[in-house]
Amino acid sequence: MPGLILLKNGRVIDPANGIDQIQDVLIAGGKISAVAPPGTLSEQTGGIVYDLAGKWVVPGLIDMHVHLREPGQEYKETIATGTRAAAAGGFTAVAAMPNTKPVNDNQTVTLFILAKAAEAGFARVYPVGAISSGSSGEHLAEFGELRQAGAVAVTDDGLPVGNSQLMRRALEYAGNHDLLVISHAEELSLSHNGAMNYGSLATRLGLQGIPHVAEEIMVYRDLALAEFTGRPIHIAHVSTRESLALIRRAKKKGVAVTAETAPHYFTLTETAVDGYNTLAKMNPPLRTEADVAAVRGALQDGTLDAIATDHAPHGELDKDMEFDLAANGIIGLETAVPLTLQLVRENNFDARRMVELLSVNPARILGVPGGTLSVGAPADITVIDPEKKFVFTEESIQSKSKNSPFLGWELQGKAVLTILEGRITWRQEGDFSS
Amino acid sequence: MDSEYRFSHKHVLGLADLSAEDILAVLQTAESFKEISSRSIKKVPTLRGKTIINFFFEPSTRTRLSFEVAAKRMSADTFNISNSGSSTVKGETLIDTARNLAAMNPDCIILRHPRSGSARLLADHINASVINAGDGTHEHPSQGLLDLMTVREAKGRIAGLKIAIIGDIAHSRVAHSNIIGFSKMGAAVTVSGPATLIPPGIVDLGAQVSRTVMEAVEGADVIMALRIQKERQQDPLFPSLREYAKFFGVSQKVADAAKPEAIIMHPGPINRGVELDPKLADGSRSVILEQVTNGVAVRMALLYLIMGGD
Repeated sequence: MPGLILLKNGRVIDPANGIDQIQDVLIAGGKISAVAPPGTLSEQTGGIVYDLAGKWVVPGLIDMHVHLREPGQEYKETIATGTRAAAAGGFTAVAAMPNTKPVNDNQTVTLFILAKAAEAGFARVYPVGAISSGSSGEHLAEFGELRQAGAVAVTDDGLPVGNSQLMRRALEYAGNHDLLVISHAEELSLSHNGAMNYGSLATRLGLQGIPHVAEEIMVYRDLALAEFTGRPIHIAHVSTRESLALIRRAKKKGVAVTAETAPHYFTLTETAVDGYNTLAKMNPPLRTEADVAAVRGALQDGTLDAIATDHAPHGELDKDMEFDLAANGIIGLETAVPLTLQLVRENNFDARRMVELLSVNPARILGVPGGTLSVGAPADITVIDPEKKFVFTEESIQSKSKNSPFLGWELQGKAVLTILEGRITWRQEGDFSS
Repeated sequence: MDSEYRFSHKHVLGLADLSAEDILAVLQTAESFKEISSRSIKKVPTLRGKTIINFFFEPSTRTRLSFEVAAKRMSADTFNISNSGSSTVKGETLIDTARNLAAMNPDCIILRHPRSGSARLLADHINASVINAGDGTHEHPSQGLLDLMTVREAKGRIAGLKIAIIGDIAHSRVAHSNIIGFSKMGAAVTVSGPATLIPPGIVDLGAQVSRTVMEAVEGADVIMALRIQKERQQDPLFPSLREYAKFFGVSQKVADAAKPEAIIMHPGPINRGVELDPKLADGSRSVILEQVTNGVAVRMALLYLIMGGD
């Protein structure tokens, strides 16, 4: 049983309980045992005490969209290295996308993922099952057994569900098993062969463009299907202004839609790929300044519910090549906190909203524990130093892969202590002398 | 030109990287080299001892041969590798193959490759000079330069001319290099073709877009027809070659809308009767074979400028 930990003098930001003030938090037996004004909790013998003056104490962050690559592509990432990266980035839980090899379309793969995650012990892993067998877009996967084995949602992420009837049936049938359906919104006939955002930069680089309508058409279809079936839908990695307008309108109509974006969509534009920089190649592609502004606005106004990283590790083998052929995706677990804090510093939203986007809402959307510092809740806690500056280097990365367009950036804000069920899974070296 | 001027590029990856002064230097050098090809002994010792590798991942007759002829007339040693003969078909990556070639100490690698940005990738990974002989739908700088040379020769200037480029602008690296090159040298470029083949932001490269071919060629000094790539038919870009020829082919009627002394160009190979009327291709206004002749001179100039300085 994990021992006693006292977190003193930190700024406790716990939107679920309406708290944003300096408090002490006592952890005992893997649970939060008290939250009280500073100095009122006695330091008990044998316990660890951290003085967190100037730091934020928040419910453990939850990344609802990561690719852990195991089973099948362990040279890119394993469940152990991916969850270690999660802990280093301040995450106590991640939702693992099903596009492993083999695809997580059955209980055996789901159980394997959970066993590996338990063995590693760095973070809770919530497996996400496939919508279709092999994510091939033809037949429904066995949702019932996936759910029983521990899957919390279904998606064919990495690929859209091209067949509208299959998506309709997935939404309907997911209801029997209380599974969330997550949409990777992309109309493949429009994005086919595309390597970056459609526009004059793509023309100049001689690269085939992916038009923003390729995303929006599918967002619209899936919103329409969600409304038609009366079933909730979650839209993954939203990148365009018009997608956000569609989601905003659907929410106003009462459609049960939630949506996420990733830090790169509110930080970078397509210009990051200039010079054929494959580290900025991803799908959906980086868009324009107008899209970045719209994403920021949507995080603020509630159109977007969550920030998820779409952590997509790839080796040099997958990236150091012709741009067209290079793999899509970037790692994100270890840069999400500083990049999101940048929006707080720029007054796009406040610290409380940041915690909602990275913890409270992902827990609610996935229907999993967490997102709260209530007494009695599991002690999943992230301590953030919002001031800490660091240069993001390959050497500092805990993920097995180093594919990030943020390499060499000076970032500000870092998870310095990550606690999972009362156990410390990450402690920033040099920050604590305990 | 400033007498202090020196061509300082190690690689020629695209006309976007060259200044108007650089382009003029290439054209003037090419003009002075052109005479070599009409001698009875067509060889100068300028690049003796230099090793040049033609590294071609796509079928090419004209460009590959043109580079080889250019190199041999300058006395360089040339070696040819094509895709089917290279270890890339055994799964070796472009970078690995290039590193192996580089280990044999060539002075210059001339790359033709189906992927945009591949010439840049090669240049980033090896020490030799790289000349882009066409990368995907990005650029084909030596073709752009030979087209500039041909126009300058026929018209005595480039600045102030109207250049009409007709056809598949979206997938044409020739069009991209020409739009960039002619704009830099002060010409006005207008493009036209099926709207499905006009890429976004082509205006940013320096071209105007006309809805009809007739409008595009009105008052033009130069009409350039581009090859329609028949293999692109799986994407519904236009209904048929028949309809293409009727509405977007350069016909006598189209040519008549340009200036009477306008020249007809085509980068080859021509789909006769599709993008260009055969009578125009073979007629007195055609400079298509002159383009090929100038191609050798331009490539001699490029090889000289990047390797002959020492």
